[in-house]
Amino acid sequence: MKTAAVKPAFNVDELRAQFPILKELVHGKPLVYFDNAATSQKPRRVIKAESAYYATINANVHRGVHTLSTKATEAQEAAREIVRKHINAKHAHEIIFTSGTTAGINLAAASLGQLLLKKGDEVVISGMEHHSNIVPWQLACERHGATLKVIPITDSGEWDLKQVPFSGKTRILAISHVSNTLGTINPVKKLIAQAKKQGIVTVVDGAQAIAHLNVNVQDLGCDLYAFSGHKAYGPTGIGVLYGRDELLERMPPWQGGGEMIDTVTLIQSTWAKLPFKFEAGTPNIAGIIGLGKAIRWMEDYDKAVMARHEHALLQHATKELLAIDGLRIIGTAKEKVGVISFVIDPSSASGSGVHHYDLGTLLDQQGIAVRTGHHCTQPLMDRFGVSGTTRVSFACFNSMEEVDTMVAALKKAIKMLR
Amino acid sequence: MFTDWQDRYEHLIELGKDLPLIAPEHKTDDNLVRGCQSRVWLHPEPQNGLIHFTADSDAMITKGIVALLVRVYNNRTPQEILGASTEFIDKIGLREHLSPNRANGLSAMIDQMKRYALADSAKP
Ligand SMILES: Cc1ncc(COP(=O)(O)O)c(C=O)c1O
Repeated sequence: MKTAAVKPAFNVDELRAQFPILKELVHGKPLVYFDNAATSQKPRRVIKAESAYYATINANVHRGVHTLSTKATEAQEAAREIVRKHINAKHAHEIIFTSGTTAGINLAAASLGQLLLKKGDEVVISGMEHHSNIVPWQLACERHGATLKVIPITDSGEWDLKQVPFSGKTRILAISHVSNTLGTINPVKKLIAQAKKQGIVTVVDGAQAIAHLNVNVQDLGCDLYAFSGHKAYGPTGIGVLYGRDELLERMPPWQGGGEMIDTVTLIQSTWAKLPFKFEAGTPNIAGIIGLGKAIRWMEDYDKAVMARHEHALLQHATKELLAIDGLRIIGTAKEKVGVISFVIDPSSASGSGVHHYDLGTLLDQQGIAVRTGHHCTQPLMDRFGVSGTTRVSFACFNSMEEVDTMVAALKKAIKMLR
Repeated sequence: MFTDWQDRYEHLIELGKDLPLIAPEHKTDDNLVRGCQSRVWLHPEPQNGLIHFTADSDAMITKGIVALLVRVYNNRTPQEILGASTEFIDKIGLREHLSPNRANGLSAMIDQMKRYALADSAKP
């Protein structure tokens, strides 16, 4: 973070003015955007940075000796340093640019699988993981004859720490920092410490944490940490996989191609040094620069201050929602980000339950964007015995008035449907 | 037809209440329409050269949409079903349900009805 700059006081109107999309109308009504866990909206500074790159310094990186290539390379490497500092990695070469969390975890699973997994070994995940942090491990386990073990989830939507299935055969722990469906902030540091004692390599899915928490990878003690730019006010198609350099050195490359090699003959190749060993092909240069801007923007506004505002929204919305007859919140952990998943159960007073698809459709008609369905966490839906939920998820630019608008619209929708 | 979203959706929800309901034994995985966020079952029964549809859904708006389709396609010959236009969808203001967004299932339902019709018309 910039040391000298004085943080601007938190003013939601001033913040909202920086997001051009918030002026859009949906079905003739002002947009209320409560689907930030899927992707957050972008401030003007980020949108401008991407187009300025194309308008002024577009060139391929690390290849040309010409001026534009040098400028593009410098801009990309400056963004890498911004990311390094932001998550407190030791070295810039521990920051690997990927297309997103999904790509980061696939890289981790494929490469770690090859490095570590043998027949009979075990990989531990939790029961609240996004499909992106399940399927790559299933593929790796299948390939190497390993088995996936799962930390069970309690009724409040937290890890059951008494039932962590570590064994002498556990090689990898892959867990989410924050649940996209429940909003639960998981005690990752504690579990990582436990894993480390047993020599287990730890991978964190930080997709939902990066916009809301100050992430410090050295303090967490994780080996790998993945996140996406688009969930943290940055562009789509860009993400980061942080890896501890000693481990990254030992991991085999995932994808082969240009940029990632040192020498190539038709028989064999040698790998480029970190981070380029894991960055095959032309990177998303505009996205990388946009991501750097988004991180700077979050630092300027201070995530802790934004998180306090989001927490106030969470508390207000939780209270208002719980007053609706039959409404049940799935995910009631003490430590949560601004995410509320709920279902409408049948109630003796008001009659039938309400399907999330109906709610989502009627909220949309009123200009309100929420997510409905299983949120790419089908095992978690099974755990709670529901086919899906309606999820509202907040970002720093959301206001209390928007929460009230949503609650009123929800009541109207439920009335139409019951 | 409807200018106000509320009228439009209330009408759709009402339509759903008149849907010829599928018999419980036909609520099978085979009759599930793939590609809807809510569950939709569609059961075809050929009768004297016509196809008779029954259906259900666990969401009310989806049930209204499938009821609308059943109204249009029910008790028609396979050729009529295969040749039917989907213009009525625009008229009732449901075009948004035809977008390629996989979360809504209108086009998946129409596809499934047409697939049944095609399979039936291919029978000797
Ligand atoms: C917890 C979690 N993990 C992984 C992902 C995948 O992120 P992306 O689609 O950006 O690769 C998401 C996004 O939905 C998520 O919420």
